[in-house]
Amino acid sequence: MSSAAPASPPAATHVASRFLPRLLMTPAVATLFLWMIVPLVMTLYFSVIRYNLLQPDQTGFAGLANFEFFVTDPSFTVSVINTLLLLGSVIVITVLGGIALALLIDEPFPGRGIVRLLLIAPFFVMPTVNALLWKHMMMNPIYGVLAQVWQFFGAAPVDWLTEWPLWSVIVMVAWQWLPFATLIFMTALQSLNREQLEAAQMDGANYLQRLRFMVLPHLGRSIAVVVMIEMIFLMSVFAEIFTTTGGGPGDASTNVAFLIFKQALLNFDAGVASAGALFAVVLANIAAVFMIRLVGKNLD
Amino acid sequence: MMKLKASLALAFGLAAFGAAHAATELVIATVNNGHMIEMQKLSKNFEQANPDIKVKWVTLEEGVLRQRVTTDIATKGGQFDIMTIGMYEAPIWGKKGWLQELKTDAAYDAEDLLPAIRNGLSVDGKLFAAPFYGESSMLMYRKDLAEKAGVQVQERPTWTQIADLAKKIHDPKAGVYGICLRGKPGWGDNMAFLSTLVNTFGGQWFDMSWKPQLDSKPWHDAITFYVDLLKNYGPPGSSANSFNEILALTNAGKCGMWIDATIAASFVSDPKQSKVADQMAFAQAPTQVTPKGANWLWSWNLAIPAGSKKVDAAQKFITWATSKEYIQLVAKTNGWANVPTGTRKSTYASPEFQKAARFAAAEKTAIDSANPTDSTLPKSPYVGVQFAAIPEFQAIGIAVGQQMSSALAGKSTVDAALKASQTAADREMKKAGYYK
Repeated sequence: MSSAAPASPPAATHVASRFLPRLLMTPAVATLFLWMIVPLVMTLYFSVIRYNLLQPDQTGFAGLANFEFFVTDPSFTVSVINTLLLLGSVIVITVLGGIALALLIDEPFPGRGIVRLLLIAPFFVMPTVNALLWKHMMMNPIYGVLAQVWQFFGAAPVDWLTEWPLWSVIVMVAWQWLPFATLIFMTALQSLNREQLEAAQMDGANYLQRLRFMVLPHLGRSIAVVVMIEMIFLMSVFAEIFTTTGGGPGDASTNVAFLIFKQALLNFDAGVASAGALFAVVLANIAAVFMIRLVGKNLD
Repeated sequence: MMKLKASLALAFGLAAFGAAHAATELVIATVNNGHMIEMQKLSKNFEQANPDIKVKWVTLEEGVLRQRVTTDIATKGGQFDIMTIGMYEAPIWGKKGWLQELKTDAAYDAEDLLPAIRNGLSVDGKLFAAPFYGESSMLMYRKDLAEKAGVQVQERPTWTQIADLAKKIHDPKAGVYGICLRGKPGWGDNMAFLSTLVNTFGGQWFDMSWKPQLDSKPWHDAITFYVDLLKNYGPPGSSANSFNEILALTNAGKCGMWIDATIAASFVSDPKQSKVADQMAFAQAPTQVTPKGANWLWSWNLAIPAGSKKVDAAQKFITWATSKEYIQLVAKTNGWANVPTGTRKSTYASPEFQKAARFAAAEKTAIDSANPTDSTLPKSPYVGVQFAAIPEFQAIGIAVGQQMSSALAGKSTVDAALKASQTAADREMKKAGYYK
């Protein structure tokens, strides 16, 4: 655009040439800004007023009472720990598993296309369907596949959702996200310079050395991507918990998202739920800072 | 082009046709229970009799229904013209002025409604919701197993006797568990049953100054008894069982005893569903320290949100769906064993019904003996047998229900669960400003 301008433009034209693109961009930027700011401001507003759907007569400014109520909830600490456990376990499982699978299917072999397709398939299963599938077909203590395997070996079937509720949810979520990690690592491996690998091999580097000093550093950036994206989505895991354990038994599988749901739609307290939502935003940011530091060390 | 013109003409024609018959459309939110599904089918008859009214159904699972109608009525959303609400919501919402008072005529015969149910749905003598079907809770047991154990079950047994009988008939190797009870968390699930158990052990939810009583001795005794009973003589996985799960177990002949909604009696005594239909016998819910509040009282009801613009049409539909004639209509279409029960004296007076339903007498006794305004041994400030009709109760019931299922699953001790429950209840009550 500026190439059409004279060689030494007068100040006025220069300003105009900057003004026009900005003007044209304004509607899009304004829309995006409103899109972000309106719900955020409303959440902020709700979080400082008394707003319980069942008690419309109680209104007015509540200060930080909603935040206090949410944070002092006996389920609160448990739910934060559960959220972090869920987040951490799923990320570790998917990153390790994803790298292993990507390495396995990196070399050409007959039927590679089909195998790749099968590996990626779970990612397209809806979370609720995923949860129902695991709950009824895999983990049911009476007719589930796992119960049958246990019985085949003469062991007593495990009632997974009662005895290992959080672990069960982790398994379901990890099953869903493993394909995503595999996909990212698979594409990253394709861009790895084969000649360098071969050269290293000729110089006598064994497989582990090549993996440690060439493949993994090459994957660093994609690991960061996987960790970041999974963190954003796994903070708010809800469907799997709602359809399988309902957050229980007790609070054993309640995470922050589920606790907010309980406040908003089971207790109908929009005020406390908004306070909880804001807390979740803060928690996500803290976790993000730590993760970026952690992963960022391996980058550049 | 011709095609376009033709379809345009057709569209206009249809629009004109629609306008000519501008029927009032009633949107009805209801729960996916058998009786409600039946009403949905039979509403064709209503539409035929009232061609100016069209009925549109939104059928939802209980929990989702409660969320949808509560958010709708609280935010004055106006999505629904008629709502299916429980006995818990009716008095709270009526008091808040969220519901339209129901006007009934002589033909409707409001005096025929069972007094316990009618009281539960009224505020200051004004009826705010019409009962569609009602229920209490009672004991259902296997005659054959009790006889084999040499035990004669009394009309109103005590919990000690029940525990004794459960021990005698418990035989997991033969696939029979002594007793099945609700364990799935939820104020309408495990807490409905547990509240009646606590009532009869002499406990209450709140004392006269609205202080929660979950750390009191009756609660402790009742919950300890419940956890021990189910651990020793219950089926595995009890902490996930509620009405439907236990119904399936009972129908398969796996439960020796079951204390639950009277509505279950019509299912377990139906040979088409139940393997042990002939063996099922019925008695009143067991008691312990006091008979007060030993059996619950619940009804599903139809109500009109205040500010609705279609009050007349809605009123007409509710009158039809909860009338004596509707019960006759169901009887004619599906037989007397399948009519919605627990609402009208005339249903129980009908000889055909008494003949078709073996459980009729026991159910009527159970409903009549429940009194929502006086259901605890110490005086209580709240209305409701298995719940306290205050808005805060839902949140408290859910939190306590979670703790109880955790204790049942062995994840925490009864003491710890009750202590956590007390804290949760105390927080909610304080926040709502009942006390400082």
